[in-house]
Amino acid sequence: MSNSLSPESNDRRTFCKGALAACIGGGVTLIPIGAGISVWLDPLDKKGSGSESTAVKVANLSALPKDGVPRKFSVIARRTDAWTTTPETPIGAVYLLRTGDKTVEALNVVCPHAGCFVDYLPSKGSYLCPCHNSLFALDGKIIDPNSPSPRALDHLRVEIRNDSEVWVEFKNFISGHSEQISQS
Amino acid sequence: MKQFLDWLDHRTGYRKLTHEALFENVPGGSRWRYVWGSTLTFTLTIQFITGIFLWMAYSPSSQTAWESVNYIQNEMVGGWFLRGLHHYTAQAMIILLVLHLMQVIIDGAYKAPREINFWFGVGLMALTMALGLTGYLLPWDQKGYWATKVATNIAAITPVIGADLQRLIIGGSDYGHHTLTRFFALHAGVLPGMIVALLVGHIYLFRRHGLTAAEPKLKPDEAFFPDQVLKDAVACLAVLAAVLFLIIRHHGAELSAPADPSEAYSAARPEWYFLFLFQLLKYFPGKSEIIGAMILPSLLMGIVCLMPFLGRWRLGHWFNLGYLAAMLAGAGLLTLLAIAEDQSNPEYQRGVASAALEAERIRILAKSPTGIPPTGAVELLRNDPFIQGPKLFSRNCSSCHRYDGHDGTGLVVKDPQSGSDLKGFASRDWLTGLLDPAKVDSTNYFGGTKFKDTKMVKFVKKDIAAYSAVEKEQLKKVILALSAEAGLKTQRDADQRDIAAIEEGRKLIENDSMRCTECHQFRKPADDATAPDLTGYGSREWLVGIITNPKHEMFYGKRNDRMPAFGKDQVLDVKTIGLIADWLRGDWYEPKAVSSR
Repeated sequence: MSNSLSPESNDRRTFCKGALAACIGGGVTLIPIGAGISVWLDPLDKKGSGSESTAVKVANLSALPKDGVPRKFSVIARRTDAWTTTPETPIGAVYLLRTGDKTVEALNVVCPHAGCFVDYLPSKGSYLCPCHNSLFALDGKIIDPNSPSPRALDHLRVEIRNDSEVWVEFKNFISGHSEQISQS
Repeated sequence: MKQFLDWLDHRTGYRKLTHEALFENVPGGSRWRYVWGSTLTFTLTIQFITGIFLWMAYSPSSQTAWESVNYIQNEMVGGWFLRGLHHYTAQAMIILLVLHLMQVIIDGAYKAPREINFWFGVGLMALTMALGLTGYLLPWDQKGYWATKVATNIAAITPVIGADLQRLIIGGSDYGHHTLTRFFALHAGVLPGMIVALLVGHIYLFRRHGLTAAEPKLKPDEAFFPDQVLKDAVACLAVLAAVLFLIIRHHGAELSAPADPSEAYSAARPEWYFLFLFQLLKYFPGKSEIIGAMILPSLLMGIVCLMPFLGRWRLGHWFNLGYLAAMLAGAGLLTLLAIAEDQSNPEYQRGVASAALEAERIRILAKSPTGIPPTGAVELLRNDPFIQGPKLFSRNCSSCHRYDGHDGTGLVVKDPQSGSDLKGFASRDWLTGLLDPAKVDSTNYFGGTKFKDTKMVKFVKKDIAAYSAVEKEQLKKVILALSAEAGLKTQRDADQRDIAAIEEGRKLIENDSMRCTECHQFRKPADDATAPDLTGYGSREWLVGIITNPKHEMFYGKRNDRMPAFGKDQVLDVKTIGLIADWLRGDWYEPKAVSSR
């Protein structure tokens, strides 16, 4: 069949067929890869659909010492983790400390540097991150100017309801940035 | 560029490799019949790619397997398509395997020196079927759960080691977490690894011995590239097109309701390519099951493995061809028989219909604001009045009562109807019928009960029948008021709208101008009441009360007919009674706007 054709046109035929085969072969493989990548990128599509920050009742004023020593409390709220919805489950923790008779400050326990859980050290009256030794004052401010943490501990909005209930608007912020960027 | 490629070739020798791969000799030139091996490699590649991406979203445990697959299917972007691609490509592989096997046998490519490669091929076929079997269970839906049980129960009939073997396969005495972790490891690790190993050997031996040309050769020899490569590529495109067609047509792979060992699933069938084995089992009663399940299939496959030797005899090739044809015809016939039997089996058809209903329902419930609890989606179905109500009514109530003339699930009941028809109980329509002289003593109300000739029926048939136009208007208001007591979801808007008329009707009942409170109690205690309390009539509390104990003086007291005290006598628990009451009241979760997928 191809014997009757000149070598050049034979070459061209071979090239065209080869190119066509490569296109088809590439095309049919792109479909499963594309489908897979679409599913893999799904978390980007679900931005903002995480736990919305609504105020959560965390403690009662009477559970907070009047001398301003912070106490750790779990934040119990409804959580949707991919397919599972749990009506009441710990979604994080906060340090609450009393600044007055009816005023309370709330700090997210997560270190803004790399996300470790900071400890309260009663002996020093400060918070220490066990990972990279960032030290924070009671009000959350960075103590050491050379601290690895880019910002102070994250303050959360607190509201006292019904005279004694401490409600916290719980949020997590992306670590490593000098400004607060809400995670959702 | 040239320099870089030289450098690369010097380090890897890729040019020689590509040359070998592409310019293998195709004796007699390229032909369409040689495409099957390539399409199988292609489909296997699809399975690896889609499988790995599915893996990233799948969670094998009995509380998360169905849930994660449902999440892939209904929540993740393109998830349904990815799943569909994996599912339908698997089916395409089975068809391509059969075509490949046919081509190999017809062309005599199994003969010496290609025996070992033929066995590799048979091994690959078995591995592919094992992948199909293990993959079927992973979604942990009713279909996969019950169909796979059949397969693992067959393992238990193996002589001597059967019980232990089954225990090892399912990772315990019953289906659970370890069944899934084991099946998943097989499906995504062990079997694909074995396939790759065998496939490498298969392709190596194929290249070593060269292609077996179909006689007579039509053309002079050609190189594999480009003509055969192009034909292979076109064939792969055709396979993919068929798969895409199926995905779009069925909107991805099916996902039935989550597995529930306590719920019957009469629609359980294996994947279509196992139907012939499924059908075969029907012909081996009782103790001879092992013949149909193990011995016969092993013998048949054993003969296939012997084909290279059988083929040496003078008529061997013809025997092999005949044997292949007989096997395929037999499997085809058994498959058709299985399908035909199912199609003429109303029980199976009902099973399929209710499976579809439950699959759709759980999809809606999983999307509800409540979401899927940590205990798993199966709890949503178990607590859903819409799904459980009809089944419970059929089982517990329908020997006396009816629901729209049937047993709740749509079946006709053989026993004569002795209790009322409870469809729309306490609704305006239902009460209008009850207070209709023509209907009150029909079997849909009191006709089948011992109350047929008592005061209430007489009152309706005599007094109400003689009502003046004014009284008829009053009666309508009484019906509105009484029905409003139920607080039915279906009448919420109507009850709101008619609030004034309802108030009037309530007064008419209370001040006894309609003579209701001569026997009934309404909103205030009446010691002389002999008939059921009309306070909250048809409400959830009222219904749960009467189902729990109709002999309670709030209801029929000692005058109760045959109705059992389901709760008091512990026939049904509180939750179950609640489900029946909710269902009768039409009270179940419904999405606000019916979302189309």
